[in-house]
This record gives sequence, structure tokens and C-alpha cells, in this order.
Amino acid sequence: MFRRTYGAVVLAAIAGLVICLTGTLPALAGLGQPSSGELGLQDPATPGMQNIIDLYNLVNIIIIAIAAFVLILLLYVIYRFNEKSNPTPSRTTHNTLLEVAWTIIPILILVAMAVPSFKLLYEQYSFPKPDLTIKATGSQWFWEHEYLDQKITLASTMLRDEDVLKAKLGDKDFKAKYPDSLEGIARNKATHADAAAVWEERKELRQLTVDQEIAVPVNKVVHMLVTATDVIHSWTIPSFGVKMQAVPGRTAAVWFKPTVTGVFRGQCSVLCGKFHSGMPIVIRVLPQEKYDAWMAALKAKDKKKANEILKAEASGDASKAVAQAQ
Amino acid sequence: MGSTAYGTGEGHDHAPSFFTRWFASTNHKDIGTMYLLFAIIAGLIGGFLSVMMRLELQEPGLQYFADEGMYNVYVTGHGLIMVFFMVMPAMIGGFGNWFVPLMIGAPDMAFPRMNNISFWLLPAAFALLLLSMFVPGTADANGVGTGWIVVAPLSGRAAHPGPAVDFGILALHLAGASSILGAINFITTIFNMRAPGMTLHKMPLFVWSVLVTAFLLLLSLPVLAGAITMLLTDRNFGTTFYDPAGGGDPLLYGHLFWFFGHPEVYILILPGFGMVSHIISTFSRKPIFGYLGMAYAMVAIGLVGFVVWAHHMYTAGLSVDTQAYFMFATMVIAVPTGVKIFSWIATMWGGSIQLKVPMLWALGFIFLFTVGGVTGVMCSNAGVDRSLHNTYYVVAHFHYVLSLGAVFSIFAGWYYWFPKMSGYMYNETLGKIHFWLTFVGANILFFPQHFLGLQGMPRHYADYPDAFAYWNRISSFGSYITAAGAILFVLSMLYAYFIRKEKAADNPWGPGATTLEWTLPSPPAFHSYEKLPVIASGDYH
Repeated sequence: MFRRTYGAVVLAAIAGLVICLTGTLPALAGLGQPSSGELGLQDPATPGMQNIIDLYNLVNIIIIAIAAFVLILLLYVIYRFNEKSNPTPSRTTHNTLLEVAWTIIPILILVAMAVPSFKLLYEQYSFPKPDLTIKATGSQWFWEHEYLDQKITLASTMLRDEDVLKAKLGDKDFKAKYPDSLEGIARNKATHADAAAVWEERKELRQLTVDQEIAVPVNKVVHMLVTATDVIHSWTIPSFGVKMQAVPGRTAAVWFKPTVTGVFRGQCSVLCGKFHSGMPIVIRVLPQEKYDAWMAALKAKDKKKANEILKAEASGDASKAVAQAQ
Repeated sequence: MGSTAYGTGEGHDHAPSFFTRWFASTNHKDIGTMYLLFAIIAGLIGGFLSVMMRLELQEPGLQYFADEGMYNVYVTGHGLIMVFFMVMPAMIGGFGNWFVPLMIGAPDMAFPRMNNISFWLLPAAFALLLLSMFVPGTADANGVGTGWIVVAPLSGRAAHPGPAVDFGILALHLAGASSILGAINFITTIFNMRAPGMTLHKMPLFVWSVLVTAFLLLLSLPVLAGAITMLLTDRNFGTTFYDPAGGGDPLLYGHLFWFFGHPEVYILILPGFGMVSHIISTFSRKPIFGYLGMAYAMVAIGLVGFVVWAHHMYTAGLSVDTQAYFMFATMVIAVPTGVKIFSWIATMWGGSIQLKVPMLWALGFIFLFTVGGVTGVMCSNAGVDRSLHNTYYVVAHFHYVLSLGAVFSIFAGWYYWFPKMSGYMYNETLGKIHFWLTFVGANILFFPQHFLGLQGMPRHYADYPDAFAYWNRISSFGSYITAAGAILFVLSMLYAYFIRKEKAADNPWGPGATTLEWTLPSPPAFHSYEKLPVIASGDYH
């Protein structure tokens, strides 16, 4: 009975380790958005994110090795020193050399890890001169992005199941199909089920789509100033490797330099109340000339044209984008 | 436990009436029992909230909660209950009360009446917390939806106009007062009431762990009390400590909370370290390896634990040098923690290991705590934390150290001391099934959450993009397996205590169990020691 149990434990442990290790390999999906069943970080769209991934991979290998070392020791001890194999216990309680070793060796490993860690941290805070400065302001539950030099402000709210259904059916049919008397869980379930096909048709991602996207030019340094009006929010784009809390009364800065075009999505990352999960951030990275055309349309107060320019820039081909990033 | 007679003590024990015994108790063992029963009840309620959350997260969209606000209330309730009303009462109030006096050969705690009020503040605090879920919180819903850190300004008057947050604050005040009184009691008891010959350097490691924990409680809880009192006056009396409109700063709350909050997570795990040391030693039939290193590793963890709080705020806009310091200090903690892990393994090395149920839990603890510990090293890295902060990677990390660390050590301690406390043996097979259900279930539950976090799924989300559905579904199945284990645990304990009634020996674990509680009858008499035990210089390690 015991033997079989341990066999199972060992198999499970090995399977776990394999999964962990494969998690460190670069995956070719999910640039700018999460993908299903994935084991590692999102693909990089900025050199900064590439640096994070490199350090993550290094630390990940070290910590998996440590966990595997402890697991192997445990299994060996159980196998070798159980009461059947070793009926008479020893009385050893000290071994100075060993005790010094397991204090010093972890310190050395940590020092080795600390060097690239400090390097990464200080790189993240070495701000290059900005080509573009945007101020992001979080409020319950939407983001406003102000292009400071251009004096353009865009507010973005998430599209919910009900919004896309309403757009599809028209207000009247929507009201008929989902009357106000349909409430709570029943309403959630009905709209969620029916909206699935609409999302598919629109080729948009539920929970990650907003009514007004913003854009930045490719290969340009963007400074993002982050603040909030009511409670703490957090502005993040995972594949840019940036995350910054938006704190009322304070303005914090992050920078990024996207090197690939495409659509990049992030989600508010500090609990900010009821619709915390309902204030994503969506940025399109455009070639300079398209960005200029977009900005010109915005300045001419032609939002419709501006959004057409945005949507014309198809979402990035993931495999091409990774090649470009590297 | 229960209403059975006290153990085989002398006839001069006057059994008090039921009311006197349980409502006016000054006996550390009875108070310990009440703490443990309280923790089990609170744990079941907190566990129910978590299963409801996993049910909701099994699929994208909302299926069980009317809206996301209600989910936030469940998250908050789950966190606060598990931290303040399950782990702390079980480890410190329960096992600490029961076994600190027994292990140091003291007749009782130093302040028995204070011990009583420490316990009875808890049900009052718990009642306030549960009530908070049923009174108005946000403008359109009941309950506190702020997360367990009660983060300002979300917990302020504007976002939570109803009285729910005030109920929550007062619940924390009472629970904090309870813990501070308990901490004073433990420190006094341990410093002044050790049996003759029991020097500090001969004290069992569980007592060391409770001593360090008591100091952490005493020094950190007043800071929490101050932080939430300022929140209370912000909400009700027009102050603006956390409101920038009046010159306040929301980040002040973050700093104050985490100055308490980080020592708090060591409060949750240190007594577990102590228990696991005894269990590993007992079932390996070997004395603890590197006793002094083990004791001072806990002291070091406690000390360093006070100067790492801002690693919870890497993305809050702290200056880069501040982040660099906190990254360095946080990494340092890995060293004493590593000393403990390797000393446990060295204790087993050369031993004669019996895989009884407590030992299984202790072994599970060592491995899973290691997994949670090394992902902590990843999170300590401020640069990488840009990608991990407030994602499910962090949720996985702290559940590996708490749900799979602290809770595993509580179950280890429970099975280890259940015969001593109740006088009955538990059923070995049921205990093993409980262990394997929990071990398998909790790993299926929490391991995939690393992947969700790496792909960027933020915490505190009731609804999420479809791309996260795959691992969320698997995670939820793990939760149901774990819940089945918890139900089996309760049933098997009721069975062992009320039906099976197999008498436990004074020392059911054999020569490996060397601490003083095993020299007493199971269960111990109302007055534990007829004569104070004397510890000879050669005893222990």
C-alpha cells in the first residue's frame, strides 16, 4: 500500500515539475491578451517586458530546482529512514559544517539572484526622454486617458454582455427580450448565454473590450502618468510589463516603448469596488503615420473616422510579433 | 472536551457546574478547547464562503452571485474569517493555551481571568463581522467589499456609505484586543512560570514559536488598531487621514496596514513551525536537529518580518530606492526559513519514521510550504512583481503558505494532540483519507492559479475573460475535493469522540514524544500538575 502511494506521489511530482518547466518556455500565443491553458507570462511587446520574462525564467529555474531538491530529500528520507528500513534511530542533533553550509549556500544563491534583480528594477526606473505623455485617470469604473500635449481626452468604458446585445437587437427588441422584471442571477445568465454568439460575431473579447480604445505610435517612448479620482485603481498592460497603482491625490509615472503593432489589453489591478472587473484598458499600437492620421481625426473632432483608423489596424499576428520583439 | 469527566486526576478536583466550567472558565485547557471549537466553526463558515467563490469562478459570467459587489463581500469575509477567526484562534488560542503551560510545566496561564476575556471577545468580534455582511455597505448592497485589508479610500464614506465597514472595524478592534491580551498572557507565562530547570534554551520549540508570535502580536496589532481607528474617524467624525482632499494620503493606510499585515502573516505560520518540529521529532524518534538554530531562526523571521512591509506596495508608486531596500530585506527572510526546512529534513535523517496521520500532515506541510516559500522569492523581486502584483500568482503564493502551510500544520497539531486533549484515539484510516483528499484537492485548487496569474488574471474578479476559464474550472474542482475532505474531518472527529471512544494511552506515540504533556494522563486532570515537574540538565536535545 505504501509503495504504491509513494509511486503515485512521485509521478504527480514529476508531472508537476514538467508542467512548471514547460511554463518557462516561450509560448507563441497571446500577444497583448491572455490565452487559454497557458502556463507562463504573456508575450512581450516591449523590451521592458522581455527583461521581466528573462529574469522570471532565471528565478523560476532556481526556485523549481530548490523545490525539487527539497522534494527529493523528503522522498529519500521517507524511503531510507522509515521504521522498517531503519528500526534504530540515530541520536545526531548537530553538525556544524552542515548548518553553516545551509545558511551560506542560500545566501550565495540569493546574492546571485539579487544582482540581475536590482539591475532590472533600476532599469524600470530609468526614464528615457518621452515622445508622448499620456495621463491615465481611474474612476469607478472607467479610465480617462488625456494626451497632454495634444489636449485630447478619451474616456473608455467596458462593453458588457448587455451592451453588445443592445447594439445587436436595438433598444426596443432588447427591452422586449430582457424586460426590467428579469433581474439578478436570471438576467445575468440569460444575457451571458445569448451574448456569446454576438461576441463571436463581433470578433471581440468579453471583459476585454471597451467602447473607446486609445492608441500610441510604435517604437516611441510613452510616459504614462497615473492617478485616480475616487479610490485606488491600478493601470496595467501585462505584455508591456507595466503596472502602476492609480492613487487619489498622487500621480505616479511609468514608461514603455512598444516595439510591435497590435492590440494590447490589461485589466484594473486593485480592488476598486463593485465593477472592479469591469474597467479594462485597451491600447492599439499603430505605425507612426496611422497614429498621426488617428490623432488628426481626433483633433478634427471626428471620432468616427478616428475609430475606423484604429479598427483598420488588425490585431497583431502573434508569431510575427514575437519575432519582431526579439 | 465536551461534558465528560476530567481525566484520572485525584479526587480533590471539584468538577464545576456546566455554566461555571464553560462560561466563566479560568482553566487553560478548557479555554483552549473553546478556542479550538470556535476555530472549527469559523473555519467551516470561511470555507463555505470560499467554495461559493470557486463555484462562481468555475465559469465566466455570473451564475451564483447577483452582482460583483456580493462577490467582493464574500472575498472580504473569507479573508478576515480565516485569518482572525480560524488560524489565529486555532494556533495561538487553542494549541497555545492547551500546550504552552503543559510543556513548560506551569499550573496554568499567568492571568487566567484575562485568558477568559481573551476568548469571549472573539465570539463578540465574530458576531460583528458576520453582522457586517447583512447591513448596508456600498450604496446599493450589503456588506464590506474591500478585501481583508479594508483598503482606504474604498473603505471610506464615499464608496461605502453604509455602516457595514464600521461593523468590520469594530470587529477587528475586538479581535485585536483579544489577541493583545492573549499575547501579554503568553509572554508573562513563558517568562515567569517555567518549571524548575526549564531554561529558555531548553524550552520546547512550540513554546518558542508562541513566544515569538506573542511579541509580534503585541508590537503589530496596536498599529492596526491605530490605522482602523483613523479610518473610523475619517468615516464618522470628519477627519481626513486618508483623504487627499483634506491633506491626507491613501498610501498612509497602506503603510500602516502592512506594518501590521506582514508580521501578521508570520503570526499565522510561526506556531505551525513549532508544532511541525515536535511532530517531525516524535515520529522520527529523534531529537530535533539544530535546536538553537531552529529557535533563533524563528526569532530572526520575527524580527525581519517587521521591516519588509512595503513589498506589498511595489506598484503603489514608491521610490525606486525604497523598493530596492524592501526587495533586499524580503529576500533575506528566505535564509532563516531555509534553515528551518533543512533542519526538519535533518531531524528525519537517520530517524525511524512512522507515517502516522500527524506525520503525513507535517511532511505535506514541509513540501507545500517550500513551494509557497520559493514563489515568495519570485514575488519579492520588485522588477518581476510588475507582472505578478495583485494577480492570481500572489493568490496561489499566499494560499500555499497559509492554506497549505498554516492549515496543514493545524491539522498536524490537531491529530497529534487530539488523543491528549480528548482522551480518545482518532481513526487512522479516516485521518489518512482526510489528508490525501486535502493534499490532492488543495494542489489542484491552487497550483493552476499560478498559471492564471502569469497570464495576468487580477485578484478580486467575480467575472473574467474567457481565456481564463480553463484553469479556473480545474481550480474549482480542486476546491470541491478539499471541501469533501473538510466534511470528512468533522464527521470522523464526531465519530471518534462520540461513538468510537477508543481510549488513548498517556503517550500514544512512543519514545519519540518527549515533551512534558505526554507524562500526563489523557486527558489531563483539571489541575495538570500535582507537583511541579523538575527538568534535569540532561533532558531534551
